[in-house]
Amino acid sequence: MSSLSSSPQLTPSILAEQHGLSSEEYQKILSLLGREPNREEIGVFSVMWSEHCSYKNSRLELKKFPTTGSKVLVKAGEENAGVIDIGDGWAVAFKIESHNHPSAVEPFQGAATGVGGIIRDIFTMGARPVFLLNSLRFGPISGDSLRARDNRQLFSGVVAGIGHYGNSIGVPTIGGEVYFDPSYNGNPLVNAFCLGVLKHEQIARGAAKGIGNPIFYVGAETGRDGLAGAAFASRELTEESKADRPAVQVGDPFREKLLLEACLELLASGCVAGIQDMGAAGLTCSTCETASRGGTGVEIDLDLVPKRSADLTSYELLLSESQERMLVIVHQGEEATVQRIFEKWELPYGLIGRVTDDGKMKVKRGKDLVVDIPARTLADEAPLYQREAATWKAPAPLDLTTVAECDPIIVLHQLLAHPSIASKQWIWRQYDHTVQTGTVVPPGSDAAVFYVREANKFLAATSDCNAIYCSLDPHEGAKIAVAEAARNLACSGAVPIGATDNLNFGNPHKPESFYELRAAVEGISEGCRAFDIPVTGGNVSLYNESQLASIDPTPTVALVGLIEKREQITTQFFKEPGDVIFLLGELGSELGGSHYLLASHGRKEGLPPRVDFEYEKAIHKQLLSLIRAGLVRSAHDCSEGGLAVALAEACFGDSNKAEVKLFGACIDLGKKGIRDDVALFNESQSRIIFSTKAQQVEQVEQELQASGLPFTRLGSVTKETILSIQLDEKEYSWSTEILHQSWFKAIPHLMQA
Amino acid sequence: MKVRITIMPQAAVLDPAGVATAHALEHLGLHGVSSLRIGKLIELDIEGATEEELHQACRDLLSNPVMEDYCLEVIS
Amino acid sequence: MRCAVLQFPGSNGDIDALEALRSFENVTAELVWHQEKSLDSFEFILLPGGFSYGDYLRCGAIARFSPIMQAVQKAAASGTLILGICNGFQILCEAGLLPGTLIRNRNLLFRCEERLVRVETSDSPFTKKISSGSVLHLPIAHGEGCYFAKEETLQELHDKDQVLLRYATSKGEITKDANPNGSCENIAGICNQKRNVFGLMPHPERACDELLGSTDGRMIFESILDHVHHGAGTSL
Repeated sequence: MSSLSSSPQLTPSILAEQHGLSSEEYQKILSLLGREPNREEIGVFSVMWSEHCSYKNSRLELKKFPTTGSKVLVKAGEENAGVIDIGDGWAVAFKIESHNHPSAVEPFQGAATGVGGIIRDIFTMGARPVFLLNSLRFGPISGDSLRARDNRQLFSGVVAGIGHYGNSIGVPTIGGEVYFDPSYNGNPLVNAFCLGVLKHEQIARGAAKGIGNPIFYVGAETGRDGLAGAAFASRELTEESKADRPAVQVGDPFREKLLLEACLELLASGCVAGIQDMGAAGLTCSTCETASRGGTGVEIDLDLVPKRSADLTSYELLLSESQERMLVIVHQGEEATVQRIFEKWELPYGLIGRVTDDGKMKVKRGKDLVVDIPARTLADEAPLYQREAATWKAPAPLDLTTVAECDPIIVLHQLLAHPSIASKQWIWRQYDHTVQTGTVVPPGSDAAVFYVREANKFLAATSDCNAIYCSLDPHEGAKIAVAEAARNLACSGAVPIGATDNLNFGNPHKPESFYELRAAVEGISEGCRAFDIPVTGGNVSLYNESQLASIDPTPTVALVGLIEKREQITTQFFKEPGDVIFLLGELGSELGGSHYLLASHGRKEGLPPRVDFEYEKAIHKQLLSLIRAGLVRSAHDCSEGGLAVALAEACFGDSNKAEVKLFGACIDLGKKGIRDDVALFNESQSRIIFSTKAQQVEQVEQELQASGLPFTRLGSVTKETILSIQLDEKEYSWSTEILHQSWFKAIPHLMQA
Repeated sequence: MKVRITIMPQAAVLDPAGVATAHALEHLGLHGVSSLRIGKLIELDIEGATEEELHQACRDLLSNPVMEDYCLEVIS
Repeated sequence: MRCAVLQFPGSNGDIDALEALRSFENVTAELVWHQEKSLDSFEFILLPGGFSYGDYLRCGAIARFSPIMQAVQKAAASGTLILGICNGFQILCEAGLLPGTLIRNRNLLFRCEERLVRVETSDSPFTKKISSGSVLHLPIAHGEGCYFAKEETLQELHDKDQVLLRYATSKGEITKDANPNGSCENIAGICNQKRNVFGLMPHPERACDELLGSTDGRMIFESILDHVHHGAGTSL
């Protein structure tokens, strides 16, 4: 074995420390190995035991998620992504994953490789990726400050990078969400979601099975890309980290498209015993994880790995994060099949080793043994930490008397033009969302809907997280993320079948941050239990801090749902003048954490709204029952900006269309006895506005009365493009054409600056 | 002043376009390509700037120092 | 009608095209890998959208050297109908089967949205079932779809009635606002002088099902089918 003796000052323990391993962790390594690790082994331990790979700071919390259910075919944590049954022998594999730190350093490539990584996670499962979503957060993009300019550059770079990768590989990006807040200055969030479709019998496993089976490396050659990026991702961003950043990982969607087709062809041939993508910590992670899952060992020779340059050291080969690579274990005798398929797709491949029976990860460089570590210790025996959690201090409830009542006429314009609420068409028109000819509801409605033609299934998907709520009350905020995502699905006519989450937090060593993580996990768990949605996997991104501050806790929840029939697909847009508009739920009055407070008063405070899951569920159930009875023409949830924003958005037609329809609405809220700004802009939960044909109003009212749920007949859709709202004795009215301009042009205007 | 700025991907950074183009040359029968990298060439006519200012512009805008190197030549 | 959908490394609209074609009666369609050398058994050849060879170097520049392209040249010369959609259009231009070229969108951004195109003439196998002046709703999805040609080429396209589609308003007006990418004279699709090779940036194969919001793409495929089955004789 190679030793470290060449450099007398550099003892293994110092090297371990430089790799971010604690002295406690180093002691554990000594006792696991029964000797001192060499440099390569220290590198291997440091990436495998980093937060990114081992979830050592969060795993104990993640155990709280509900992960089982009758439809769960592959559970969270078992494989690269969870798999859920959608009926008729078909299933979906889906997952969300972050690429926050790489995107902060190089937004275009960081975001692009994030998309590439999540797509690989999905086709590793044997599924054909059919759509993408992404959840993004940036610092504010308005104004002339240097910071705003930086944020605009990050924003446009990330959007272009996502488009570059998704468009080229031909997986449509059909939805997601984007928010802007100072807490993300210098630390943007880029969370990418991918969903793939497969038959039950096609589920592939990332296990090294079958002693003696050959192990192939397939895909792009290894270079010095993103060396030790996984370890890098688990540290705070500092000015130096920009400087000593090794080679940025560059994504090659063309290579990945070939890799995707080649792997699916290889899987279909039946010769694959196990398959695993090389993501963070590349070769290291994929070899020890497959061995650990298979209960076997692996032995590989680095000399046989396809390389971009011959002078790569063993250390570099083990830790490189070059993209578009996979590890494939095939049944003995099937070597020629791999050769045939990978030559057809013009991809490099190499037979690099064999599955062994000694439970070890053994890496050789020619004749030299470079790494010799029990595989399980790397993959499954990382230390787990229960960090200290601060006690939560509830924020002071909002004192309404301190909130000056702003003119609702102006406020609605302000809210619609706020980048977090404004139209995101500038973003999604840079994404190919029509390729694969399945996008039935494109981005811009409550949830995207995708038709899986070969399975004849309609899937709905959404991702949500209001981080303002989470910053004020992480537990309630996380609950609302689930409730809102479920509500978005209900508004599209879908019933949720599975969840994946991306937990974006600050440094877990800080008790406040760790509390936020714990509270959010508990909130999401409560929500998923209430709706009976299994969490099928996800990702944790910690250390999201820049020199300025820690980000607002952002536990993003993505839900996937099923729509029974084509006729039940519902969008948020009003359909025809004369249709009658209802509010399902209360008028509400909670202003804490609202966008109105933020956009019009510059205040991020108060208690965020509360959510009662039993009530929320009853609302969804009722809406779905109306949708199934054919009584709903449009449905839209009330979220940021409250009822007024929801009504305005419903008046705006689908902006993907060549001719955008605009409607008006004539609304009477009656006598409410609360302030007008509260009535119009509060963000109380569990509220949906929907429209129905005039002739069906009676039937709708009967059903709603029978349900015992609160509802209000608000008014009707008008041809005239005026939104008028009667409140007590006052009437407010807006031209929806002008509102639409405020909303539609806000982001393009800022980005031209 | 006439300035020529050559911008190339850094040696360790993957250049997907270069790789694909090198393969294409092989297919065309031009064998023995051991490396092909694609960069950018910028020609600039400018008055009154110092060379240091130009270097600054190369670092700030014209190249992406995270993944590209540049070479600045004053031609006339 | 026996259809070939060519598959280059990096094609991503191949399956969409295949499925759209198969939604018509009396159509058989199959994928043909770019390494193949013959297309003799096909009556219609479709070059699908995507990013062949990653669109590296120039869109379509590497794909034009694929072995199958010699068969495409031969088929074009013999009068077989050939349709290039998006990246397929770019490849046909690079291969010299269509004049002009497609460059980066004027605002430098990829654009994906529904657009309106005016059919300029019914006098082509690809538009024979559509009356001239009709406005179609077709999705676009491209970053390099700005059609560019020299003045004399544009003049020739006019003289020979080779412009089949232009970006237009709902009333059929050719305006700057209706042009999503800065194409010369709002050109969205052109054919060759023999009128058997047609390239367009919009995606008719993505507008063949009510579920996706438009079925206007069907009219183009119906024209092709009619031409193949009934020959050049019948028209509107």
